[in-house]
Amino acid sequence: MLLLALDTATPAVTVALHDGTDVVASSSQVDARRHGELLLPAVDRVLAEAGTRLDAVTGIVVGIGPGPYTGLRVGLMTADTFGLALGVPVHGLCTLDGLAYASDLDVPFVVATDARRKEVYWARYADSRTRVTDPAVDRPAEIADAVAGLPAVGAGALLYPDTFPKAHEPEHVSAAALASLAVRKLAAGEELPPPRPLYLRRPDAQVPKNYKVVTPK
Amino acid sequence: MADEPLVLGIETSCDETGVGIVRGTTLLADAVASSVDEHARFGGVVPEVASRAHLEAMVPTIDRALKEAGVSARDLDGIAVTAGPGLAGALLVGVSAAKAYAYALGKPLYGVNHLASHICVDQLEHGALPEPTMALLVSGGHSSLLLSTDITSDVRPMGSTIDDAAGEAFDKIARVLDLGFPGGPVIDRYAREGDPDAIAFPRGLTGPRDPVYDFSFSGLKTAVARWIEARRAAGEEVPVRDVAASFQEAVVDVLTRKAVRACRDEGVDHLMIGGGVAANSRLRALAQERCEAAGIRLRVPRPKLCTDNGAMVASLGAEMVARGRAASDWDLSADSSLPVTDPHVPGTAHDHDHVHEVSKENLYS
Ligand SMILES: [Zn+2]
Repeated sequence: MLLLALDTATPAVTVALHDGTDVVASSSQVDARRHGELLLPAVDRVLAEAGTRLDAVTGIVVGIGPGPYTGLRVGLMTADTFGLALGVPVHGLCTLDGLAYASDLDVPFVVATDARRKEVYWARYADSRTRVTDPAVDRPAEIADAVAGLPAVGAGALLYPDTFPKAHEPEHVSAAALASLAVRKLAAGEELPPPRPLYLRRPDAQVPKNYKVVTPK
Repeated sequence: MADEPLVLGIETSCDETGVGIVRGTTLLADAVASSVDEHARFGGVVPEVASRAHLEAMVPTIDRALKEAGVSARDLDGIAVTAGPGLAGALLVGVSAAKAYAYALGKPLYGVNHLASHICVDQLEHGALPEPTMALLVSGGHSSLLLSTDITSDVRPMGSTIDDAAGEAFDKIARVLDLGFPGGPVIDRYAREGDPDAIAFPRGLTGPRDPVYDFSFSGLKTAVARWIEARRAAGEEVPVRDVAASFQEAVVDVLTRKAVRACRDEGVDHLMIGGGVAANSRLRALAQERCEAAGIRLRVPRPKLCTDNGAMVASLGAEMVARGRAASDWDLSADSSLPVTDPHVPGTAHDHDHVHEVSKENLYS
């Protein structure tokens, strides 16, 4: 098996290749504004580093967010299209789950990423492999009670120390962690979610009430 | 083979997910998934709604285009994609798909200009584009007069709108008249039963000191809205058909007058009209009339090729391949304000060699 993992749901553009036993190559760059430019060259580099080619890949796993939409779609669209061209299965995996897995914690904790607009994407975990709440998007102050006393990981936690006083690394998700988690779940016969985005918010759009009258009053 | 390249084109600059396939100047497939209905209640295109729709529609639309064309992805000579101008987030979905598809198939990638694609699409309808060609592009997003001597390398802006696009004016007036969105087709329909000379609406930027080739529709929009509001305020019925016809006449009069003037001034004897507003029946008729009188050959593609689609992108991509233009790099980005003077986004020479070395490695054996 050769699994290609991608995630663009956080400021990190991260790619990894997993052969079923180990991560054989990976790349992570943090640049929230250039997901579109950085992803394909990163895939190319990771494949070259592993001495292989894209058509050797037997499956793809992609972070489905939640995350800022424009960046998130870069990874999903790339994964979807690779799947189409190569004829291999494309799996999704919650980006917060990848971050949780990388934390290696075996106590209850919280994952929070930056949702911008003074909000965080977050979920609670019983341990690094077990999510206990659905991913949600909220203002940190509004969830202070729900996360009180818990350790926390992710850029969203590090950004709001009032709500997450016990925040620590990892800050961003890594495709290496995402790939390892996916391999583990697939080996256990678990079904992974489809590669569809978790937006959690509706598009900002106002239905116009009426046209603006132009006649001066 | 080299002059009849098989190219797949992807277009996502606005609300249409377009995937087209051409062989040289022959159209093989033109698959379009539109999110226009999702925008209707907002009275205009909502960028985030469009981007979400592109992501969902992309793979099925590529599949549909390949089936329609009856070709295998492996036989393609290149993948072309709209790199700009357009809605940034929407463009990025298409660019991401095109890059992934080209890379996975080991094909060269061509990031091309949306406006140049609108011109080049006419090759699918009327054969090779005459050089030079004057182009009038009119839609909800653009109103430009462009002169092209080589669609792959030389497109010169002659003039453009200084405020709203022509299509926007149609949408706005349709809204004032309560006719729904998009406004173009419905205004056209009502106008057919109205009198274009009933109301003398202003012709923007046609004074002796105004820029000769630029357009302005904002003043017209306001004038029409005020006229309607005055009627309503007086408790009179608004003659919808006459308003539609007179407003439409003001728009197409200016558009065709300036386009013909540009052809004359530059000694160009071919005019092509593209973009969604090119579907307007009065624009077509008046342009035909005025071109004939001026000895200019008019080329207007069928309406489906005038609105945004993937075939136009494929058409320009095929021309890039045929003329040996440099492919784009894998770090190609979406550029929402890509200048019209850049018909495509070539890779840098050094990286370019590297890219192709790498991409060859990824060819299917
Ligand atoms: Zn267009």
